[in-house]
Amino acid sequence: MPDKSGSLAKPADGRFGRYVRARFADRLFKYYFLFSILALCFVLGLVIFFIGKTALLTFAHISLADFFLSFDWTPENESFGAAGIIVNTLSLTALTLAMAVPVAVGMAVLIAEIAPKWLRNMMRPVLDLLVGIPSIVYGYLGLTVLIPVLRRMSGENLGDGLLAAALVLALMVLPTICRISDEAISMVPKKYREAAYALGSTRLQVTMRVVIPAAGRGIVAAVIMGMTRAIGETMAVVMVIGNTAQLATTLFTPASVLTSNIVMQISNVEFDTTWNYALHMMALLLLAISFLLILLIRYLGRKGSDQT
Amino acid sequence: MTPTAQSRKMQGSLAYNKLATAAFYGLGALVLLLIVWLLLTILGKGLPGLTLDFLTKVPEDIDPGGGIGPVLFNSFYILFLSLVVSIPIGVGAGIYMAEYAPENKLTEVLRICVESLSSVPSIVFGMLGLAIFAEYFQIGLTILGGAVSLAFLNLPMLARVTEEAVRAVPHDVKNASYALGMTRFQCIRTVVLPIALQGIITGICLVAGRAFGESAVILLTAGLSTSGEMWDFNLFAPGETLAVHLWYVQSEAIVEDAASIAQRSAAVLVVVVLLINLLFRIPLWINNRKLKR
Repeated sequence: MPDKSGSLAKPADGRFGRYVRARFADRLFKYYFLFSILALCFVLGLVIFFIGKTALLTFAHISLADFFLSFDWTPENESFGAAGIIVNTLSLTALTLAMAVPVAVGMAVLIAEIAPKWLRNMMRPVLDLLVGIPSIVYGYLGLTVLIPVLRRMSGENLGDGLLAAALVLALMVLPTICRISDEAISMVPKKYREAAYALGSTRLQVTMRVVIPAAGRGIVAAVIMGMTRAIGETMAVVMVIGNTAQLATTLFTPASVLTSNIVMQISNVEFDTTWNYALHMMALLLLAISFLLILLIRYLGRKGSDQT
Repeated sequence: MTPTAQSRKMQGSLAYNKLATAAFYGLGALVLLLIVWLLLTILGKGLPGLTLDFLTKVPEDIDPGGGIGPVLFNSFYILFLSLVVSIPIGVGAGIYMAEYAPENKLTEVLRICVESLSSVPSIVFGMLGLAIFAEYFQIGLTILGGAVSLAFLNLPMLARVTEEAVRAVPHDVKNASYALGMTRFQCIRTVVLPIALQGIITGICLVAGRAFGESAVILLTAGLSTSGEMWDFNLFAPGETLAVHLWYVQSEAIVEDAASIAQRSAAVLVVVVLLINLLFRIPLWINNRKLKR
């Protein structure tokens, strides 16, 4: 099309063909960019379709109550109660955040408020380094370094369990929470701080009573972001949690969470079994939790921008 | 309030302030020490035993002395293929969101899609790959399946970094190019992309570093074995990568020197990821300094 019109236009004016070509390329790439973003949405559709389709087959074989309320996960005996695993996932996330959030927010305050410029410029890349280390390496370190230490300290035989997994995860989500909180704290307008200093506050008072409340939404968003990472993390957890499908009653009970349970079992099951369907149901649950958390972050962000 | 009480309260506040500052510094020092110790542990244990032989030899099932040649090759091969698939679409989507997307409900929906996709846990992408390639197309666990599934994982992150980089381009230069009568695409190609390139490449490096170390997706879609040969470009061969190999060696291998292989594999993994993250940025960094002068 462009060549034809280009050659037609040539005798009259050489530049006309160029113009048509430019318009054509403009149109073409506009559609290409639109296609790209739609392809992205298509992938999301694929995820929901393929996981959801298989997941919903679960309830043709077992009841909703069996899946969500029973604590008995022994697929060999056809009992697929995921309650214990779901509770483990929640308690692991809570434990992780309890350890990571104070440290991460403290680091963010140090970087954004207290540290001199050179230290700030050094610490940010170092934290990024921590993000770059593959999760399997964290799991490997947990298994070879952390677990022997825990074994010695607690006197347990194994050392696997929620505590080991939470410690590994806490280290992994630390940089995520810290960097986003750091951004939120840096965004607090300078005039707030100056007003507080003018009233005679010390730096601690300014930080605690003015800056952190003002950055509150951003920090909460950072914590939720860390939560999505903690819930979805697989390989680091699977290496240290013990992989036994039971409710974790102590910090050192070998247990399993949604992700670790899926990755340990999915390769060994036939496609057309309730076992496989139940594993997909767990994945769908993971998806639902992550989507919910993302919507929560959006909601927080929108409310924040409405206020200012 | 008497003057003395007031000054005592003030002294208290000042003391707390000093104490807290010290505590924050202490916390920072602890975390930094932890990070340094972590890197030293991984690299210190693994790097000394590292030889070229180890990097190129085929893994052994029973005898000690095996290498990581094919798995290391697969890691780079799958990473390359996944980037080939994901960069055109991811970058295109980012450009659309930054340059074309109008302010309306549809854009809002698209944005939620991108954010949701980026929150999908990697294990779920693994299951998707398993469902598409192993169940639907019946080709089993292959390099192709691993690369495409990994590309799905890369997409949202690529879109986000591209969007950020393109948004950071100043409006003046864009307006200047429109004033010269450029079409929108000409403006993007000749003005916006060259300026945003640095940000986009940095983003691609971050994505590549993450994809190189990704294990959950590859474990489910490319499997736990290799074809056993070096330089096997066959797309339909099983494609265990280095990260998955580390998992395999640590959990299932029965060779005597499994611990040592795991140490060295972990060190290689970390070094390559750091190189991807840092090395590719050095030319850009130098270029940037030149421009500033």
